Amino acid sequence: MSKEIKFTDDTMALVQRMIKRYPEGKQKSALIPVLHLAQMEFDGWLDAPVMDYVALILNIKPIEVYEVASFYSMFNLKPVGKCLIEVCRTGPCWLLGAEDLVRHIEKKLNIKDGETTPDGMFTLKTVECLAACGTAPVIQVGETYHENMSTESVDTMLNDYKSSGERKTHFDKKHIKTQL
Amino acid sequence: MGKQLLLENINVQGISTLEVYRANGGYKALEKALKMQQSEVVDEVKKSGLRGRGGAGFPTGMKWGFIAKPEGVPRHLVCNADESEPGTFKDRFLMQNKPHMLIEGMILSSYALGANVSYIYIRGELLYVYHILEKAIQEAYDAGLLGKNILGSGFDLELYVQCGAGAYICGEETALIESLEGKRGNPRIKPPFPAVSGVWGRPTVVNNVETIAATVPIILMGGDEYAKIGIGKSTGTKLISACGHLAKPGVYEIEMGLSTEEFIYSENYCGGIKNGKKLKAVVAGGSSVPILPAELFLKTAKGEPRLMSYESLADGGFATGTMLGSGGFIVLDETASIVKNLWNFTRFYHHESCGQCSPCREGTGWMEKVLHRILEGHGKQSDVDLLFDIQSKIDGKTICPLGEAASWPVASAIRHFRAEFEEYVNHPEKIKDVKHYYNMRNLQPTA
Amino acid sequence: MPKVTIDGIEIEVPKGTTILQAARMIGKHVAPPAMCYYSKLKVSGGYCRTCIVRVTKGSAANPTPMPKPVASCRTEVMDGMEVANYTSEQNLIDRKGVVEFLLLNHPLDCPVCDQAGECHLQDLSYENGSANTRYDFDRRSFEKIDIGPYVQLHMTRCILCFRCVNTANQLTEKRVHGVMNRGDVSEISTYITKSIDNEFSGNIIDVCPVGALTDKTFRFKSRVWFTKPVDANRECKKCAGKVRLWFKGEDVLRVTGRKDQWGEVTDWICNDCRFEHKRYSDWNIEGPSHIDHHSVISQNHYELAKLKLDTGKQLKELKSKKQVDKK
Ligand SMILES: Cc1cc2nc3c(=O)[nH]c(=O)nc-3n(C[C@H](O)[C@H](O)[C@H](O)COP(=O)(O)O)c2cc1C
Ligand code: SF4
Ligand code: SF4
Ligand code: FES
Repeated sequence: MSKEIKFTDDTMALVQRMIKRYPEGKQKSALIPVLHLAQMEFDGWLDAPVMDYVALILNIKPIEVYEVASFYSMFNLKPVGKCLIEVCRTGPCWLLGAEDLVRHIEKKLNIKDGETTPDGMFTLKTVECLAACGTAPVIQVGETYHENMSTESVDTMLNDYKSSGERKTHFDKKHIKTQL
Repeated sequence: MGKQLLLENINVQGISTLEVYRANGGYKALEKALKMQQSEVVDEVKKSGLRGRGGAGFPTGMKWGFIAKPEGVPRHLVCNADESEPGTFKDRFLMQNKPHMLIEGMILSSYALGANVSYIYIRGELLYVYHILEKAIQEAYDAGLLGKNILGSGFDLELYVQCGAGAYICGEETALIESLEGKRGNPRIKPPFPAVSGVWGRPTVVNNVETIAATVPIILMGGDEYAKIGIGKSTGTKLISACGHLAKPGVYEIEMGLSTEEFIYSENYCGGIKNGKKLKAVVAGGSSVPILPAELFLKTAKGEPRLMSYESLADGGFATGTMLGSGGFIVLDETASIVKNLWNFTRFYHHESCGQCSPCREGTGWMEKVLHRILEGHGKQSDVDLLFDIQSKIDGKTICPLGEAASWPVASAIRHFRAEFEEYVNHPEKIKDVKHYYNMRNLQPTA
Repeated sequence: MPKVTIDGIEIEVPKGTTILQAARMIGKHVAPPAMCYYSKLKVSGGYCRTCIVRVTKGSAANPTPMPKPVASCRTEVMDGMEVANYTSEQNLIDRKGVVEFLLLNHPLDCPVCDQAGECHLQDLSYENGSANTRYDFDRRSFEKIDIGPYVQLHMTRCILCFRCVNTANQLTEKRVHGVMNRGDVSEISTYITKSIDNEFSGNIIDVCPVGALTDKTFRFKSRVWFTKPVDANRECKKCAGKVRLWFKGEDVLRVTGRKDQWGEVTDWICNDCRFEHKRYSDWNIEGPSHIDHHSVISQNHYELAKLKLDTGKQLKELKSKKQVDKK
């Protein structure tokens, strides 16, 4: 990573606001939300220097950040594509065809679960129950839920994301200003 | 349809905004509660008979009564919006459509508990709902419903949303507390219970989204009136999130005591099985509760109609009954394979075990591997008994109930569908569909 | 002071004592095995579940039995509590289950492991496990890594007792190793290869119940049962300087903390004493160590071999004792 590891002023202001939500000395409590913001700013994943930077901001040991980041499935410890496609693989979605969707996407993008396309556009990931079982099968892309999916609607979805080219890896930048 | 206390007005345009919510009677319960004594609010909840909607069904009023009140130590109310139990999606539905109902419930419940800083812990995947809540909370602050001296009552409350980042175990209340403190979601060893030592060692109450929301109608109508709805000790209404092979899956609010048959087949609710197929089995309260075959689900072992209530669903114990759990209602039709479904659930628990205690950490993976072997057609005669034995060695020996949550589905599937397992083992050549997804077992919780 | 009865034997203990501690006060014949609890740590225990017992009577005030087995290392005694450890057959079955889980992913590479002979898992499985394994899948494995000049981590052998993490938390402000990932892919790691180099880091070797953390300066020099433990001391500015030297002939092959009868160190020692003082002349010799732990060290050497704990036999003895008591 060539660019300097530093939050933008807006993000930093939001981080400071988040820290104030917890009592004095309990700033570690902001770790998970701040890691979300770090993923947002630094290409959708958490490189070790990024985690060290977060440790510095929250005044905690780097190992505490690594321990937490590696526990939660939404934190990516390896680079991901611009668009993170997360297909729910748990019971209810699986009963209604999640498996077929995964196969379809794998074939279409020519990657396997957990891999990224060579152009760095898409990463495919299977995830656990997304709390949308009534509209199964479900796919999450960034913050957006795509429900009642079929192979046809997956095609449209992929095309749309490809042509828009926007980053879709969880916390969406557009919310920074509104939450300041 | 029964009374709609939580889902009332859910389809009104703009109900997610403060303006429309208030125009439809929103925050009336808060106004009423703030004029009552704190203990009177607790009493109303006690009288209502409300039981925790997160899965365990513990009486909410009693839980509130346990909170320690040491001098000079702040107390906290934390809302459990981690909703990750497979089959459960009611909290998400409520929060995204009526965020102000949860906020109203949070304010009046915090008032009852004497908490001046409260948190809503929402699972990380629901970031979009997190933003909806942030916006609604801002509206509430702007209208003087949060912050200092709420509605001139002298009561102060700061309300914050905190998001998780992908871990089912953070729904367990002490793991949630750890996560709120910025740590790994490892459940704590109890005692001490959160009511004595919770977030940052302070007395804490953790309640489910639906539990908190239900305090709104309880205060409005009075605990006694609320208790008249429902049946026996299952008072009031319950959100059921119905999914699987149903004609009309979705979130329904039922009055407790509705018959399971009516719930599945009536046009007012699920409208029967999808594509006119036959019902095979039901997992009635989220993936953790015992699965029941259709006959036992519709009628108890004694031949009485089974009702949607804590007691009726549990009738017969684990031998012939199940649990209401979180209300995650998963329906399997005649085409579904119990073994495959069980493998999927077991894989889920394996993936979600925090890894602190050995029986759950090692046992869930072992069960997953044995089940996968059976599905691939390489099962051994002894595998079914082995599975049953492994689950019995996990059940009850773990730090938190995830161990049980992983054991019960295995025990019940074998109890009620043993023949199906044996068919897989004895006739591997008949296994038609062996494609079940190998990759879906990846464990590293990173991309 | 509360009175508690464990396997039919009553003892009065200070308030706040755990069942495990009370059982240890009574003696080895009732004390449950412990793999993650460590008496010298302020925070430990509750994870491995080997120390589970049945509480058959909650207390004098509330006699209801506890519905599930409890971790004795994390459960405080109540006045009038009654506990069954070796006298509950179900408890022994349950513990056997736990031991099986602990061994599930363990490589069983004892013949090439430096810990062999002083491994708590070896002892535990010998006493509470069954001979054959029912697990016929691949076991997880990791590369060995050096974490600094003194310590080697062989994660494949780790049973995730978290003692080493709690030790680092207690002894240093700058913990650099911890638990990564979750579930059965959890691992002890520094995440990015860093050396663990605070002055007390060597103690993580002593607390590790298995051969996952070993002394690099000792590796493969000898099997432990060919070395002779001797207690010794020196003046040290950093620690109490009370150690155990492991001799082969005239050579000090290894320096460790002194361990009590439960295999737990009595004093933490500093890295200076442990790794940098391996000459006979560095130390004031006190005399041969009293090895009370029922390991091969004591069986091959020194004192009379301690009788192996035979749970079946013990069960019978205790039961007949109980009947005598009743009469
Ligand atoms: C593994 C596990 C997962 C849980 N997940 C949730 C959850 O997602 N949402 C929830 O409200 N309760 C969940 N619970 C139950 C909580 O521990 C706790 O009982 C509940 O939040 C209490 O609130 P209530 O009394 O209002 O139900 C879970 C429990 C366990 C053991
Ligand atoms: S039962 Fe499972 S999830 Fe719960 S503490 Fe133990 S390992 Fe963690
Ligand atoms: S390395 Fe040793 S001390 Fe550390 S967790 Fe593993 S077994 Fe326990
Ligand atoms: S020694 Fe008690 S649980 Fe490990």
